[in-house]
Amino acid sequence: MAATGLGLATGQKRKKRRVLTKSQQKRRASLVAFSFIAPNFLGFAVFTLGPIIFAFALAFMHWDGSNPIEFAGLANFFELFRDKAFQAAFWNTIIYTVFSVPLTMACSLGLAMLLNKKIFGRDFFRAAMFFPYVASLVAAAVVWNMLFNPEMGPVNMILYTMGVDPKNLPGWAADKDWAMVTIILFGIWKQAGYFMVIYLAGLQGVNRELYEAADLDGANAWQKFWNVTLPQLAPTTFFVSVMLTINSFKVFDQVYMITQGGPGTSTLVLVYHIYNEAFISWDLGYSSMVALVLFVLVLAVTLIQFRYSRSLD
Amino acid sequence: MQIFGRKIKLSTIALYALIIVITIIMLLPFAWMLSASLKFNREVFEFPIHWIPENPRWSNYVQIWTKIPLGLFVFNTAKITIMVTLLQLFTSSFAAYAFAKLKFPYRDVLFLGYIATIAMPWQVYMVPQFILMREFGLYNTHWALIALQAFTAFGVFLMKQFYMSIPDELCEAARVDGMNEYQIWWKIMLPLSKPALSTLTIFTFVFAWNDFLGPMIYLTQTDLKTIQIGLRMFISQYSAEYGLIMAASVVAIIPVLAVFLALQRFFVEGVANAGLKG
Repeated sequence: MAATGLGLATGQKRKKRRVLTKSQQKRRASLVAFSFIAPNFLGFAVFTLGPIIFAFALAFMHWDGSNPIEFAGLANFFELFRDKAFQAAFWNTIIYTVFSVPLTMACSLGLAMLLNKKIFGRDFFRAAMFFPYVASLVAAAVVWNMLFNPEMGPVNMILYTMGVDPKNLPGWAADKDWAMVTIILFGIWKQAGYFMVIYLAGLQGVNRELYEAADLDGANAWQKFWNVTLPQLAPTTFFVSVMLTINSFKVFDQVYMITQGGPGTSTLVLVYHIYNEAFISWDLGYSSMVALVLFVLVLAVTLIQFRYSRSLD
Repeated sequence: MQIFGRKIKLSTIALYALIIVITIIMLLPFAWMLSASLKFNREVFEFPIHWIPENPRWSNYVQIWTKIPLGLFVFNTAKITIMVTLLQLFTSSFAAYAFAKLKFPYRDVLFLGYIATIAMPWQVYMVPQFILMREFGLYNTHWALIALQAFTAFGVFLMKQFYMSIPDELCEAARVDGMNEYQIWWKIMLPLSKPALSTLTIFTFVFAWNDFLGPMIYLTQTDLKTIQIGLRMFISQYSAEYGLIMAASVVAIIPVLAVFLALQRFFVEGVANAGLKG
């Protein structure tokens, strides 16, 4: 009996599957699809999407993280205009971006042009350029601090032996006029290899025939670069500039490691201010308002650059 | 110019000279780190620099393990990094399969949600995220960092881009043969996506291993700290012991160097692909 019962059951199941309607099939397919997405989406929704929405709400609240939340309206927004440290952080972030983005782009494009040629040991050189990007920032920053130590660092020693007057030797991270320069140089060194790889990929897509045509017209290397390579690389350059700008708005780790925002407020940047307001002052509403400013900046740049890129096509 | 009986153009020599100089600039800090890690303090800042110390002080590499719980830090970091990488690989490739090869309601809206957060700076929501983790009781646990990094939009995006390049006919044929979707993912998509998986592995591994701000915010107990935080602590505690600091820095870099060298080819291709389609 048991055996027949079992046989009957599986028989029924088979029959059932055969008579699934179209909409049932669709529902089953959707369930399967959702089961694929669920493990990632649940984590993503809880730990990323949720906090993003919470962040936007917090910008209009007063909260120290433990006492009850109070509605603040636009108070945090008006606070931005009174907060001297925020203004310094805002302009420092802009200065960092204005200098580091074009310089890093030029360096990575230069590296890509050099290492796109068929040369001996090309893979080694490419890996070498890339390595600063994957190396631990803490470790790299420590060495950087030692190399650029104003009193006994090898960099100033070399400048000294080259004949620079000891009084004119740069104070690097310790000098408020040089601190930002130090941060920018460090950023270029760290990131150039990564964007070189993206430019190398872009160079693969340049139309070879255009070079042949340029050769026929008797163009020199510089003319070929200016009239063929650069225009053909426009989409890559667009992508690189967006990524670099976003990265530079988000700069934090290297500032924390090399200058701690100082001397004074000379290298205080937006994320550093967010970090201070949140985890040092526990002014969570206000820190979220500064974060909102950062977000609007990133959004604005992305939109402007997308507009611009569309006009390129 | 004649070198080894071959004619070599002057411009070629200039090109190599330039490339070698740039390579030296890029690698010099690491060479200096390695050299200083084998020195006494007073030797570290000697000028001109002795790149190879006369009496290499190997004991620096012995001392760092006892001065701070470096072994524990390495273990903690390895634990977090491996968990994050495995979770990331599994959940991203799993979700990406549905986004690339299956039809279901709200697919495009959901995917847009992912894309929209890629450009969102983490710092914008790090505070609410911190409060949430604290409410969940994850403050001062490694789970906070794992949850923080294991479910990224970037991972799903990268895998989806790769799956889109695999022909749909392959999945159709498998379905006709009676495979279900889970089997197709496991037996067809995963084996085909080794380059994408390698790229995601390096990215995730490198970022989890090197992460600084996350552990700094979430881990205050010494026995939970990661190597980057430990290194930072070590620097402030023994700020004058340069040889030791450099030795610890070398130790912090070695695992990343190993992973990078092993999977480097995939990394470069992956950056190029992910980059351009981003």
